[in-house]
Amino acid sequence: MKLYVKFDFTTICRKVLEEQLQHFNHKFRIPAFGEVEFLEPLQPQEMEELTAALQGYGIEVIENQKTALVQKIKDTITEMVFGEEAPTVKASVYLAEKLNHSYGYLSNVFSEVTYTSIENYIIIQKIELAKQLIVNAKMSLTEIAFQLNYSSVAHLSTQFKNTTGITPSQFQRIIAKRRDLSNQK
Amino acid sequence: MLQKEYIHIALADDDEDDRLFFTDAFSELKMKTKVDTFKDGHELMLYLNQEDAILPQVLFLDLNMPRKNGMECLQEIKANPRFDSMAIAIYSTSSSEEHIEETFVLGANIYIKKPSDFNALKKVLSDVVTLNWQYHTSGLNKDNFLLRM
Repeated sequence: MKLYVKFDFTTICRKVLEEQLQHFNHKFRIPAFGEVEFLEPLQPQEMEELTAALQGYGIEVIENQKTALVQKIKDTITEMVFGEEAPTVKASVYLAEKLNHSYGYLSNVFSEVTYTSIENYIIIQKIELAKQLIVNAKMSLTEIAFQLNYSSVAHLSTQFKNTTGITPSQFQRIIAKRRDLSNQK
Repeated sequence: MLQKEYIHIALADDDEDDRLFFTDAFSELKMKTKVDTFKDGHELMLYLNQEDAILPQVLFLDLNMPRKNGMECLQEIKANPRFDSMAIAIYSTSSSEEHIEETFVLGANIYIKKPSDFNALKKVLSDVVTLNWQYHTSGLNKDNFLLRM
């Protein structure tokens, strides 16, 4: 006996997806073909399980790969900026070597996902660290510039002003006034 | 997944043209945004104080508005921990240093002097939302989020 069947791919894919997604106790919706939206973010562990489960059906989680790579880039930058030992090579070389991708590829994926460039992200991270040190460690700008590998205090101040629109000393004053204000309450 | 989400933005401004420029600028940017606008501070606070209101990630506040001005809104918002997740951007024609510092001290994160041309506005708004996104997704300390444009 021979049977002939006709497939409705959209329905099949949707059903498979729904069944697999239901294993996770998170509310979700499928707004369009090839898209899943979770109402709350999944834990990395769950994300891995989901990716593995879907792989068995030939379904590949696309966004997650890029997001995961961006996370790795960010982690590597954090290591670079906040770590004890500053790398001796340029950031682009360091990232490409560490993550085994060309810098061009890394920088494209990064911009696509975060709307900002790697260079800009590194500057933001350094300035954020400078802010932390100004507020918490009560370090002088000279010390901070040295720790963050700026060639001079002027260079740090200029980049701080360009990034935040205010000077390091204005920043310090505003944070101090905010503290006074909340202490009064 | 994250980049598929909409970024919610709100603006309270009594000037109809400014509201229009603002929404037009966002609609021309690459980012996926949903923009709500309010005619004054009173209308804004009525909305925010609803329990099920979707809170914007960035709230743009004009300073001079009838019924309830931007300064009053800022203070009300900062007094309520429910609004802690919002970044507050003052969106004003004034560029008095005193004014700027005062709003920062009261808890504003961003101070924008309204740009006069449309392309400059687009650039400013794009920069603000991008940087806010960094604070959102990269575990930066929001207490230190101060930006003047």
